[in-house]
Amino acid sequence: MTRLLTPLLLTLAFLFSVAGLSVSANAASPPHTAQPVTAEVSASVVAVLTGDDGVSVSLPVAAQRIVSLLPSLAEVLCDLGACDRLVGVDRYTNWPASLQKLPRMGGGLDPNLEMILSVRPDLVVMAPSSRAIPRLRALGLNVLALEPKRYAELRRTYAVLGRAVGRSDGEQLYTGLHDRLLALRARIPSVWMGARLYVEVSSELYAAAPSSFVGQTLTALGLGNAISDEFGPFPKVNPEWVVRLQPDVLVVSQASAQSLNRRPGWPQLAALKQGRVCVMSEAQADRLVRPGPRLYEGAQWLLTCLKALSPPQQTTRRATPAS
Amino acid sequence: MNGTGQHHRPLRAALVLAGVGALLLLLGLLIGSGRFEWPWGGDAPPILADIVWSIRAPRSAGAWAAGALLGLAGAIAQGIFRNPLADPYLLGSSSGAALAVALSLSVLSAWAHTPDAQAYIAPFLAFGLTGVAFVGALLAVFLTVGLAGGATQGPRLLLGGVVVGVVLGALTSFVAFLNPAVLLNMQGFMLGSTALLSWGGVSRMLCVGVVCLLCAVSLAKPMDALSLGTTTARSLGIPLARVNAMLIVLLAIATGAAVAHTGLIAFVGLAAPHAVRAWLPCKHGALLVLSSLMGGALLLSADVMSRALFAPTELPVGLLTAVIGGSYLLWRMRRVPA
Repeated sequence: MTRLLTPLLLTLAFLFSVAGLSVSANAASPPHTAQPVTAEVSASVVAVLTGDDGVSVSLPVAAQRIVSLLPSLAEVLCDLGACDRLVGVDRYTNWPASLQKLPRMGGGLDPNLEMILSVRPDLVVMAPSSRAIPRLRALGLNVLALEPKRYAELRRTYAVLGRAVGRSDGEQLYTGLHDRLLALRARIPSVWMGARLYVEVSSELYAAAPSSFVGQTLTALGLGNAISDEFGPFPKVNPEWVVRLQPDVLVVSQASAQSLNRRPGWPQLAALKQGRVCVMSEAQADRLVRPGPRLYEGAQWLLTCLKALSPPQQTTRRATPAS
Repeated sequence: MNGTGQHHRPLRAALVLAGVGALLLLLGLLIGSGRFEWPWGGDAPPILADIVWSIRAPRSAGAWAAGALLGLAGAIAQGIFRNPLADPYLLGSSSGAALAVALSLSVLSAWAHTPDAQAYIAPFLAFGLTGVAFVGALLAVFLTVGLAGGATQGPRLLLGGVVVGVVLGALTSFVAFLNPAVLLNMQGFMLGSTALLSWGGVSRMLCVGVVCLLCAVSLAKPMDALSLGTTTARSLGIPLARVNAMLIVLLAIATGAAVAHTGLIAFVGLAAPHAVRAWLPCKHGALLVLSSLMGGALLLSADVMSRALFAPTELPVGLLTAVIGGSYLLWRMRRVPA
């Protein structure tokens, strides 16, 4: 009996490694095959687009039937005037309203493969972190992996998606948007310049640091950030830490706004005592936090909110307390 | 008591379960995102044949294969521990796989925007996460066995499994805390999913399943002896340490292969051997085969339901197996007096 077992186990190990090798060989092939194909048919290819995962997609004509599985990508596509080329979006896409009537293809991480295949898209755009990407590529779909998380990536997303829909001015469109944002800076009252904002992106106490997208918006507007970058773009903060930081303004969601006074120590926050709180509705949070064309509207909302508040007294504007 | 009628019952049960599996497989081909569709015939849209062959067929076959692996692993685990509550994940394979997936996801997300590493990411995403989860599951089991000081110590193995599960679970939470971006992706893994199974995954699981089943069946006699207690087994001349070690290796491989492809699917491994034993009393040779067939039928039926219940959206299949398996065990518990 045990004499039988050893060879069987060896066979098993062999089978598994062979299966693994063959699959990794398959998986490795798309980037390799992409190059010769583009070399041969380069005359008829309008664009070779490289995604954030390093995998290139070549489009013979501008994409006409696009499935987007990331809200910010759908928003950028619509800003590029390609809203009508979207044939399906993910369940979190909520802007512009004209996309509401499109079929929902699941989420970026759990897309509905059947629905995507059945609308016959010539391009699928989604975040590179999804495990579904290799599966969608194996089904023969053109998957372009993009996930703008900061301004530089948003610029690249505009450029790449612009070329995907046959526009060469994607990057200019972004530059125009960014210029408008910078122009908004001149309208920020000088008392607010450098004021340290605490932007809470989740009521689970995740805050936005300067390296996050909304953090970059604050910097572009000449505003300060109460949170530093050392713990990543969205650090989970300790409520006590915020009390010690004494931010000048709290920017929180409606869900958080209810509980601010109940958080330990927070009644001591000068910003809370003096009512310097901006409460984002879900739609406003989308505009401010989601990297996309509505960043200007988000910034405008923030400006309007700040103007309505009484500016902080200079005494509360302390340097970061020594640790 | 082993009359001729009794003798054929396991065979008949196996045929019934295989038949149920085949029926469910057919159902799995017909049910997708939306209504019940007959893909053959004149007025079916041409894309439907493609959908059936490249999406529904591999996910249905894969769900059956993963369920069979879990059912087999459950029967092996319950044999090792001589405890009907033993579960394939008992020795820490689930937490090992989860930690491995969390680690590689966070390494990936850190790398995703560095151009040098980009070329490696695509192949890694395709095979890497499956492979990494498999290796993580195996390593966790070996860690458990190491901590318990060998494969023969039942209670110490259980304790080792609990410790490894808790510690690796905490490490997984720590990785997710350092890199909250992996949380959403992890959730998909923790709830289990059959939606992304491909033919490659199906063939890998079937290969592993067949080999593991053959190995396990070859150990059926010692397992029968083990069920009489370690002392009796020893007195019958069973090399206890060796048999246990081999069973644990089989358990780790079968569980690891299922977890790597479908994530953490609850209750199938626990409920399948139970259902078989409740149906007909049998020795380990038959129990191992029947549990595999039962596990396959259980997970495939959950997969079909997960597609059909809230179509076109999909329930996480692990959620359904937990509800089905949990209510089955509850029903058993109420029926059998304590």
